[in-house]
Parts: sequence; C-alpha cells; structure tokens
Amino acid sequence: MSQTKKEMLIDPLVDNNPITLQVLGLCSALAVTSSLQVAFVMTIAVTMVTAFASMFISLLRNQIPGSIRIIVQMVIIASLVIVVDQVLKAYAFEISKTLSVFVGLIITNCIVMGRAEAFAMKNPPMASFIDGIGNGLGYGLILMLVGFIRELFGAGSLFGITILETVNNGGWYVPNGMLLLPPSAFFIIGLLIWAFRTWKPNQVEEREYKIQSVEAH
Amino acid sequence: MSDTQTPKGPIGRFLALSPDSVPKTLFVAVTLCLFASMIVSVAAVSLRPVQEANKLRDKQLNVLQVSGVYEPGMNVADAFASFEPQVLDLQTGSFTDQFDATTFDDIAAASDPELSVALTDDPAGIGRKANYRVVYLLKDDAGAIDKVILPIHGYGLWSTLYGFIALEENGNDIYGLQFYQHGETPGLGAEVDNPRWKTLWSGKKLRDDNGDLQITVAKSQPAAGADYYIDALAGATLTTVGVNNLVNFWMGDQGYAPFLAKLKAGEI
Repeated sequence: MSQTKKEMLIDPLVDNNPITLQVLGLCSALAVTSSLQVAFVMTIAVTMVTAFASMFISLLRNQIPGSIRIIVQMVIIASLVIVVDQVLKAYAFEISKTLSVFVGLIITNCIVMGRAEAFAMKNPPMASFIDGIGNGLGYGLILMLVGFIRELFGAGSLFGITILETVNNGGWYVPNGMLLLPPSAFFIIGLLIWAFRTWKPNQVEEREYKIQSVEAH
Repeated sequence: MSDTQTPKGPIGRFLALSPDSVPKTLFVAVTLCLFASMIVSVAAVSLRPVQEANKLRDKQLNVLQVSGVYEPGMNVADAFASFEPQVLDLQTGSFTDQFDATTFDDIAAASDPELSVALTDDPAGIGRKANYRVVYLLKDDAGAIDKVILPIHGYGLWSTLYGFIALEENGNDIYGLQFYQHGETPGLGAEVDNPRWKTLWSGKKLRDDNGDLQITVAKSQPAAGADYYIDALAGATLTTVGVNNLVNFWMGDQGYAPFLAKLKAGEI
C-alpha cells in the first residue's frame, strides 16, 4: 500500500468515512446515538474490536482457507466482542446496562467485517491495526456528531449534563421527542452525508442512471 | 501426498500445505475454535466475581434508593446491612426458612417449574410467577418494621421492567417506586427513571377504606381520588399501562396482597 500510516489513520475520518462514504454500520449508529455517553463507549468498543480483529485476521491471512474465511473472521470478531462485553460488565456496569444488547451486535457491525475482508486479508498486521483504529474513529466521529444533535435537542443535555432545562424537569425547553427515536438518526446521517459531499464533491457517486429529457412529439 | 516428504517435521509440513486443502481447512477451523473458546472462557470465568459483585451492589443500591436511605458517596454494602432480607411465600403471605434469603434468586426461580406457576390471568405479562420472592425489611431502632421493600416486575412497551416498591409499615402507603432494569424508549418510556415522576408515588395509597385496590397510573384521575392516582408519563402510553398493570398485579391477590393484609393486621 502506498498510503502512509498517518494517512491510514486520518483518511477514514472524512475522506473515506465508514458511515458517510462506505455507508456501513448504520444499524448501530441508529441504536446507540440517543445519548453521547453511550455513543462514546460504543465508539471505543467498536474501535478496539475493529483494530484487534483486523490485526489477528491479518496475522493469519496466509493460513486462512478461502472456503471458510468469512467464518474464520466471524469467529475472531465474535470472540473479541464477547471479551469486550465481559470487560464492560465487570468494569463499566452502568454503561453496559444501557448498551445492553448492542455490544453483542458489534459482531454484526458491517464495518468490522468490511475492514477485515477489504483490508486485513491483503495487508500486514500493523497496517491492518491502524486501519482498524482509523475506521473505528471515523465511525465514532459520526456517532458523536449524531449523538450530540440527538441528545441536545431530544433530551436537552450533553453527556447527561443538563444544557437546556426540559419541561419535565420544570424548565422551559420542550424536547423534540422524535430525536430520541432511532429513525431520527436516518435524517441526521442523511444530512451529514449531504454536507460531507457538498464539502468534498469527489465523494459524490456516479449516477447509475441518467434522467432523460422526454422529447416533445 | 502428505507422507512423501517431511522436511520440517509434521508442523512444517502442515504450514506448507495450501490453505485451501481439506486437511488444512479442517485444521484451521478446529484450532481456531479451540483457541477462541479458550479466550472467551478465560475472560468469562476470570471476570465473573467482579460482575457478580456489580450486580449485587446494583440491587442493593436500588433497595437503598427506593427506601430513601441512600445518599451519594455512602458505602452501599454497609448501609444495606440495616435491611433484613426475607423469603416470602406469596400464597400464605408468611416468611419461610426454606431458602437462604441472601442467596435465593427469585428471578431464576420464576422459570423453575418446582418453584413457580404459569399464570393464566397475567396482566403484567410475565408468563410465570415464582412462589417465593425475596423482600427486604427496614426496621427502626426498636426493631419494629419501618418499611418493606418488595420486588415487582412486568412488561412495558419493549421490555420487562424490574423494580422495587417501598411501602410504609401499614402495608398501604407507598413510600417510593424505582425500576432498576428496563429497555423502554429513552426520553419517553424511560422517563420511569425521572426523579420528578418517581416523587409522585410518595404518599399514595394502594387500597381504599373498603380494602379495594385503587392505585392507578393513568392520564386522568379516576373516581377514587388523588390519593390513589399517579399521573401518566407523557408520550409513553404503553409503558404507563404496563406500570399500572404490574403494580396492580403485584399488589393484588396474585401478588403481595396476603402479605400486606398480615402486615396491616400486625401479624408480621
């Protein structure tokens, strides 16, 4: 690979972001972004899993039989996810209660599989590790952005600290309840993709079709 | 094929095999599975004591909070020592010595056919009910019961809500209610955790003077009056219905009613 290690780390943040450009990992981005704290822990968990899964898969890449390579990748990813889940339950109990099932669902996060299959199978361990960190952070960046908007306007707080006093607590702010529901993340991510592609027009995909003008008879 | 040349011993021979050959495929699959299962087992076993301690502390903390004893920064285990756990036989409403109250797991007992019954009338949506529950008694310095803390659970919108209700010594006045585990919608159903909403429960009564269960969580006040009424959660109709059902279920005849009657009569 001609990329330097620094580029590998920085690239996935904006230029090759897993969510806005690769459009992977949307499902969990909808589920865990209603509060920043949860989004933050999820970011760390996904970054760790992606980095170490990529590294281990890259270490084994010359030994992995092509016919069962997806299963091999899944076994490695799943083991790492279980370890992360167990560690969270032991040392971050409150947060693991809020994340509940979503930690387990990192296994199905397309970013982890995607980087393993697209990058780690063809690159040396160190590069794969850095690629995993970069992609985890790129995922996290979007998660934090979405979480910021959703928590601030949906619950009037950031990291659980009240910013806008809500009516329920005797304040003035009527929270936007829709922002707390998963579908709102679709709108926010959609707007983010639009913003990213306006800023970096080279991210715009080529049309798969062309709108033809109908000729008048 | 494999027994023609063994220049590097059996291991070297194996590594030199094409990854796509059948023996190599089987070898990689089996080794990887063994290795992965070992890592997972080690993590699970070595972290279990810390996790169990967390769970226990969480439960104790919730008992402290619901009974108004908790102050930030206090030692949970020490403060919890003033509570007396008891295993309650729901049917008779008396305590039993059959089980050790400190270790008996009434949530697990609910799925044990020996210790539970399947419910036909099941407004709380819990399927099975354990015959025994662990309750906590908070006694004053003279040894008389000050509060009883009863575990309750039932289905809301997405999830089963697990919590405690704290009652005064007369078995009729509510001191507090708190859920320690649920998966309701953040900002809507999850507002069952809102401190302002939880204070609404304080001082409400379960039964009227005729002994009829009147406690209601709803959008508008029922005929029984404000003493028995808790305002619904805004935007969370189904969670509210769930909470109403589960409180009525557990305070009713299938739940703690026999115990509460005894408590009122001073027989506990």
